[in-house]
Parts: sequence; structure tokens; C-alpha cells
Amino acid sequence: MSEIPILKVEDLRVSLPVDGGTLNAVRGVSFDVNRGETLCIVGESGCGKSLTSLAIMGLLPRRAKREAAALAFDGQSLQGMSPRGLRKLRGDRMAMIFQEPMTSLNPAYTVGDQLMEALLTHRKVSRSEARARAIALLEQVGITAAERRLAQYPHQLSGGLRQRVMIAMALMCGPELIIADEPTTALDVTIQAQILHLLLELKREMGLALVLITHDLGVVARIADRVAVMYAGEVVETGTAAEIFSDPQHPYTRGLLSCIPVPGRTRPGEHLGSVPGVVPSLIGSFTECGFRERCPLAREACARPIGLTPLGEGRAVRCVLAETEEAAA
Amino acid sequence: MLGFLLKRAALALAVAVTVSIISFLLLRASGDIAVAVAGEGATEADIEAIRIQFGFDRPLIVQYFEWAGNALTGDLGQSVYFRVPVVELIGERMPVTMGLGALALVFAVALSIPLGVAAALRPNSIIDRLSLWIAVLGQAMPSFWFALLLMLVMGVWWRWLPISGAGGFDHYIMPAIALGYYATPAIMRLTRAGMIEVLESDYIRTAHAKGLGTGKVLFKHALRNAVIPVVSLAAVQFGFMLSGSIVIESIFALPGVGHLAWISLQRSDFTVVQGIVLMLSVIYILMALVADLFNAWLDPRIRVA
Ligand SMILES: Nc1ncnc2c1ncn2[C@@H]1O[C@H](COP(=O)(O)OP(=O)(O)O)[C@@H](O)[C@H]1O
Ligand code: SF4
Ligand SMILES: [Mg+2]
Repeated sequence: MSEIPILKVEDLRVSLPVDGGTLNAVRGVSFDVNRGETLCIVGESGCGKSLTSLAIMGLLPRRAKREAAALAFDGQSLQGMSPRGLRKLRGDRMAMIFQEPMTSLNPAYTVGDQLMEALLTHRKVSRSEARARAIALLEQVGITAAERRLAQYPHQLSGGLRQRVMIAMALMCGPELIIADEPTTALDVTIQAQILHLLLELKREMGLALVLITHDLGVVARIADRVAVMYAGEVVETGTAAEIFSDPQHPYTRGLLSCIPVPGRTRPGEHLGSVPGVVPSLIGSFTECGFRERCPLAREACARPIGLTPLGEGRAVRCVLAETEEAAA
Repeated sequence: MLGFLLKRAALALAVAVTVSIISFLLLRASGDIAVAVAGEGATEADIEAIRIQFGFDRPLIVQYFEWAGNALTGDLGQSVYFRVPVVELIGERMPVTMGLGALALVFAVALSIPLGVAAALRPNSIIDRLSLWIAVLGQAMPSFWFALLLMLVMGVWWRWLPISGAGGFDHYIMPAIALGYYATPAIMRLTRAGMIEVLESDYIRTAHAKGLGTGKVLFKHALRNAVIPVVSLAAVQFGFMLSGSIVIESIFALPGVGHLAWISLQRSDFTVVQGIVLMLSVIYILMALVADLFNAWLDPRIRVA
């Protein structure tokens, strides 16, 4: 069982210079995604999910700094890779769908131009072949009158349609991995369900690996193979979806799940449970468990940085409670 | 698109009419023209005769409509000094001024857009500082000063270029640089600001995510959006250049419309000055219209409802 994961992230760190010092937005995130697998990343706003995905794609803002023990796509390290090598991967073998469909398309070019460009950049195909592929994909993502849409400009489309176009664009080269960063957050609730449903279907049909960042626990329950729960720049718990839903170990995960504990019974559109309190400042480094301020189970032992405790194959928790249980076992 | 066009054309027409009224009134308000036309030593009777001959004794509104009506048929009156039709005088010199203006605009754009892009790519780098200095100098130095400096260096010391008069293309280079440099700072700063903003935008991130090369990202996806405000500015700057050509053509003794305006002002040849103001205004208004069309082509949000 030593398959090379399509995406390997080990101890990823992202920091940004800010007024009060250095903002450590991502502080040691690790996960693997195997071919065809779906990893869902959940966690409240500001915990570093977007920066994690941008760091993987090499799309961080220029002033951000990225470090990692390992960051590899299909066994190839992304860290030492030349800009050219990275360009060859991006949009071809790995693609990204962003949180902001309204602004992610270039207002100056037609939908068709932007779709076709994605294929023409990576493949030696004629314009008419690229056009045919664009039409086929627009149809596949549920856009009617696809041929006419090609000549339209982004400002002529609704947010939901634009996100469908973004999804079609990500699929143009038939990628092996798609990172979708809250692809429905900016959309109406009814459209949200449609788009997520579409993503699931496409994923099943095409067998691609998916990293889905979402707030929608219903979706997580339905499609995630594995789940990573993030809090304040760290992964606080990972495991299979079944493990996370039926046996959450971290107090934060439990807080999130408190209103919807059973997988399969949650409906799409249901959101993360709210945990009282505020996220700690991400400036500087933690001297205690990042969740301590809000944790109902906090104790003396939590007053130091907490490491991940492995609880078995692909399962880990960042909490002293797990440490002691493990010691007791 | 048609609606947009009509709206812009109507606006241009309204501006043209307003400008013609203003230019008409300005000259009438600047003194008793009959006195100026009659010249020194004219008697009261001479002046009165001229007043009647040129129709200055009639109500202003009548004079304006007569002048404007004639202007529409291409008759801008006679030059008091040259005694030939104003249209002829301007027509002979227009190619010089237009050539100079076009060359100056090309120079300004060719210098300021690449500098603005380079500065935006590396804010606070050496190239950014350098371009800031170029901008500050351009804004601080009066254009006649800069023209004289150019003459001294390129004409007198290095003897690269002729310093005066009309002739071949080489006669236009220094005047075009002097005139164009004046427009450089504004265009460059706006290009820089626009590029910095656009490069931070989500669709540029999308372009990178697609795996596009730097050239495609910068020139296809970023620059096209960043230059939209620059186009309108360039049209405005072209207008400034037309007025700036009065100074520059005089300094370099280029026989263009600006030069004609200068000598006509000195001679109180008001029909000529009026005609020039009107012509230059119309050209400026047309340029603004062209800029609008160009922007509509660049930005589908204007073009496609
Ligand atoms: N470009 C940026 N400049 C400064 N701070 C940023 C930037 N992007 C994100 N951050 C900060 O980094 C932290 C993590 O952000 P993000 O990854 O967007 O969180 P999430 O996607 O989980 O909501 C937040 O505190 C956010 O304010
Ligand atoms: S380490 Fe302590 S404070 Fe942190 S989550 Fe566990 S119990 Fe709560
Ligand atoms: Mg985010």
C-alpha cells in the first residue's frame, strides 16, 4: 500500500509580514491526497484554508513566505520546481476553483476565449478542437445554449453561471487534482447545492482527486473520503469521514459537529456549528494550545504547544487528551 | 453599442457648440477689435468704417450665428493681417501640427507605458524610482525650458538634430520629445497604478492558475484592463499637447498651427486665433470620441450591455 499520493503536503507553513510582526497563517499543515480521493478541509473563516490551497498551487501573494518539509504533486517536489515546470502542471494536471466567481474571470475576454485558452496553453490542438471541448464541458457543467455562451462576456453571466464556467475551465485539460476553495460560499443557497452536486458528479465520472474546502458539513458527510479539520493555521484533527463524524476526538471538532453528529443524515446547506469565542492572534508563535481560550476541556497541561498525536493510519489529533489516552493505552 | 455611440456623439456635439461660443465671446471680450484691426494712428472715422465693414456694430448673437454658420460651411473668415481665408492659413499648417502631435503622443506612450508596467512589476525597485524621477522632472520643468535644454544638448553640443525650422522628419524629433515628455508623467503614473491594481486581481490569479506564461498574463490579461483609464487620459493629454504646440512650434520655428496662433496673437489677428481655437477644439473633441470608441473596444462592459 505504498501508492504515491497525488498530493503530499508535509509541515506546510505560510507567513505574511504584517504591521505587528509576522502573521503565521499556516503553521505546519500536513496531509496526503491519493488518486481519486476526496479530502475535505473544514474550519472557520480565517484559519488558513485559502492560503494552504494557494500555497500548494504556488499562487500565494508575492509578500507571503512558504516553507514545507515536503510539498509534492505525484511524487514531484513543487518546492524546487522551475516556474516553467510549475506552469506546465498548473491548469493541466492540477487545477483550482476559487471562492470568488464574480471576479475570477477576466472582464475583457469572452467565456469561450478564456475556456479555450486553458486547453490551448497545454495541448497542441486546433482552435476548433478547443472550441468543441469548451462546448462539451459547458454542457457537462449544466450550461444550456453552450455555443452561444462562448461569445458572452463574464459580466453577462450570473454568479452561479460564472462558477460553472470556472469549473469547466478547471476541467479543460482533464486534471488529476482539483482544489476547490469554498466554491459555493459566494452563491445563493439554492445555487450552492446545485454547484456542489455538480462537483460530486464530475468527480465520480472523471475519477479525479478533489481537495474541497467547504463549510457545508452535509457535503462533507456525503463525499469526503478523508477530512482535515483546521483551526488557527493548524490541522487539529484528521481521519476518514466516518471516523471524524462518528468519533470526533478534538474538542473543536466536537464543537463543530455538535448540531449534526450523524453522517448520512445531514442535508446539504447545513453549516458548521458555532463554537463560542474568538480565534487567537496568528502573529508570532503559540505558547499554548491554539484552542485553549475557547476549549471547554482546557487544563494546566494545555499551556504548551501541542503536537499531533497519531491515532492510527491517517488519523491524528492535536490535543493533550489524546496524548494521555495514548499513554494510557 | 449604438446607444453608447449616439450618446457620446451628442455629448461631443454639445461640447463643440459650447467651445465655439466661448471662443467667440472670449475674443470679443478681449478688447475692441475694430481698434486693433485699424491699427495705430487710425482715426475715429477709420475705426467706425471698419466696425461697419466687418459688421461689429450688429448684436453679438447675430455675429455669432453668422460666424458659426459660416464656420459650418468651412468659412472661418479672412485673416486681417494676411488677407487670405483663415481656413487656407490653417489648412496649410495643420499637417505640421498634426504630425508633431501624433509623434509626440507616440513618444509619450512608447516611453510611459513600458516604464509604468516595469514600475508596477517591481514597486520601489530602481526602475520604479527612476520612472518616478522622470515623472517629477516632467511635471516640474516648464516645457519651454525642457525644449531649450534639448536644443542645447542634442542640437548645439552633439549636433545630432536640426534645432530650427521645418524640413524632413529629423526636424520633428526634438519638438516631439519636448511636447511628448510633458504628457509622460501622468500617463506613466496611471499605467503604474492601474497595473498594480490589476495584478492583484482575482482574474490574474486565475490566469496564473491556468498555467499561462508571464507574457500572456501581463500583456493579454493585465495590460488590457490596466490601460482602459489610460486611453481617456491620453486623449486629454493630446489636447494639452495641441495647446502646448503654440510654445513648442514657436521655439523650434516649426511653421504649424501653433506657430500661426502665436504670431496672430501678437498681431491681434483675431479671426485667425478664433479659427485656430475652434479647429483645435474640434480635433480635441474628436480625439476624445476616438478614445471612447477605443475604450469600448477594450472593455466589453461598455460595448455589450
Ligand atoms: N493577502 C493577505 N495579506 C494579509 N493577511 C492575509 C492575506 N490573506 C490571508 N491573510 C490572513 O491569513 C489568515 C488566513 O487566511 P485564509 O487562508 O484566507 O483563511 P480561510 O480561507 O480559512 O478563511 C487570516 O487571518 C487572514 O486575515
Ligand atoms: S489541548 Fe487542551 S485546550 Fe487544546 S484542545 Fe485539547 S484539551 Fe482543549
Ligand atoms: Mg478562504
